[in-house]
Amino acid sequence: MKNIIEASKLVFEYIHRDEEGNVEAIETALDHVDLEVKPGQFVAILGHNGSGKSTLAKNINALLTPSEGTLYVAGKNALEEENVWDVRKSAGMVFQNPDNQIIASVVEEDVAFGPENMGVPEDEIIKRVATALEAVGMTAYKDYSPNKLSGGQKQRVAIAGVMAMEPHCIIADESTAMLDPVGRKEVLKALHTLNKEKGITILYITHYMEEVTDADFVYVMEKGKVVMTGTPREVFSQVEKLEELRLSVPQITKLAYELKKSGVDLPDGILTKEELTQELKKLV
Amino acid sequence: MFKDITLGQYYPADSVLHKLDPRVKLFGTLIYIICLFSFKGPIGIAIILGFLAAVIILSKVPFKFMVKGLRGIVFLVIFAGLINLFMTNGDIIWEWKKLHITRQGLDNCILMTTRMVLLIVGSSVMTLTTTPNSLTDGLEKSMKPLNKIKIPVHDISMMMSIALRFIPILTEETEKIQKAQMARGAEFDGKNIIKKVKAMIPLLVPLFVSAFRRANDLALAMEARCYNGGEGRTKMHPLRYVKSDVVAYVILWIFLALVIAARILWVKVLA
Repeated sequence: MKNIIEASKLVFEYIHRDEEGNVEAIETALDHVDLEVKPGQFVAILGHNGSGKSTLAKNINALLTPSEGTLYVAGKNALEEENVWDVRKSAGMVFQNPDNQIIASVVEEDVAFGPENMGVPEDEIIKRVATALEAVGMTAYKDYSPNKLSGGQKQRVAIAGVMAMEPHCIIADESTAMLDPVGRKEVLKALHTLNKEKGITILYITHYMEEVTDADFVYVMEKGKVVMTGTPREVFSQVEKLEELRLSVPQITKLAYELKKSGVDLPDGILTKEELTQELKKLV
Repeated sequence: MFKDITLGQYYPADSVLHKLDPRVKLFGTLIYIICLFSFKGPIGIAIILGFLAAVIILSKVPFKFMVKGLRGIVFLVIFAGLINLFMTNGDIIWEWKKLHITRQGLDNCILMTTRMVLLIVGSSVMTLTTTPNSLTDGLEKSMKPLNKIKIPVHDISMMMSIALRFIPILTEETEKIQKAQMARGAEFDGKNIIKKVKAMIPLLVPLFVSAFRRANDLALAMEARCYNGGEGRTKMHPLRYVKSDVVAYVILWIFLALVIAARILWVKVLA
């Protein structure tokens, strides 16, 4: 198995029907998308609302079935009905709204929900729940009601819930969009830790550019198509193209870009504050 | 008003009753209700009162907390009492114009009000000592035989626990919407009933829309985590009887037997 997620020429169409069932309009949400994710990578998908990035995530989790193309998740064909449960087991999904994805009234029981559905034996569930809560740093809250947690903590519980299913890959579908800056950092850190320490592949979907500077690979989507691909440095060095797509470049990159435009000798695609200060020091 | 109803509110404490299996408590409540409606004579009521008092002391829940639950139904109890008092035919002991009180009416009135009060206090002991979650677990497990006659027991209990999970979320949302509508000039407090009902519409419509949206999200999240109905599901903490549960069952059977014995004895004494 080379790639954990492999999509080629993936097409997904939302079909709107009128009351009699006649097709009124076809909306192409995914337009021949190619995607390759290697095991252990942290891959980011960028794009603003309506770019098709969430639709892509739902296809990878077999919540939606593509209309055309091929899609393999952990070696299983996601287009085949019989593979649905296997696909969901290997690619867990964390959603946007923290309140609407926690099912049980106690943190621990919610984390156990996935393995319970999979029919995992009792003592194994207890072990998995403990490991998953430990991995996201929520062990101290295991007996809490989810209502008493902050947004970032709730999302970490949701991540633990996916972790307990022992997937190869976690898809975070705009999981930080409804959080405050502190919560956003918490969740991002938890995902990076899982990626580095447990070797879990992460597919991170967002419209915040600042969050993806540490990613291994970036896809930028617009109107259902993949319009840019590359490492964060390669992608962010094309400031004009990104602005054309109405995506805001991280502030530091933008600053470096403006400095360069007005004559300061800087390389392309500066991502962090440290890099910028170092480059500027070189000049002085 | 909702604040006063203790029924369905959990009171956390570390007591024997809190630790009992929810199935035992459900069964106990059933036995208790049967006893309430089948006892006759002073010995019967004394046994029931003694049992209730013992249970309340064992539960470590403050008595005040239990009686609080009665506040919500005071009106109902008085109403039922009065109807029984004035509407029963029999030997008249007091009369004024069209109103009359009979001996049987007085008996019924006392019996009825005691039963209702004891019923509420007794069943709130169960809800005060059992978390809603273990209650649904207990219900699911003890209703399992109903699966055979095609009643979706697991689905019902799943719905119940999800409803419990979303009550605080939706309450918070209601408050938010209410404030948002008030900021735009909606009036929720007024004396006119029709106006009050009309004022609920801008509150309920957005609430329903959002509840449906949440339901949709939740269904997706459950599916993504491989939820596929009750079949083949395991549990992290399955219910299992321990020694104290068996003891509790024995005590419950003895209690039922005593109440029935007291009833038979009383009927003989009257004869």
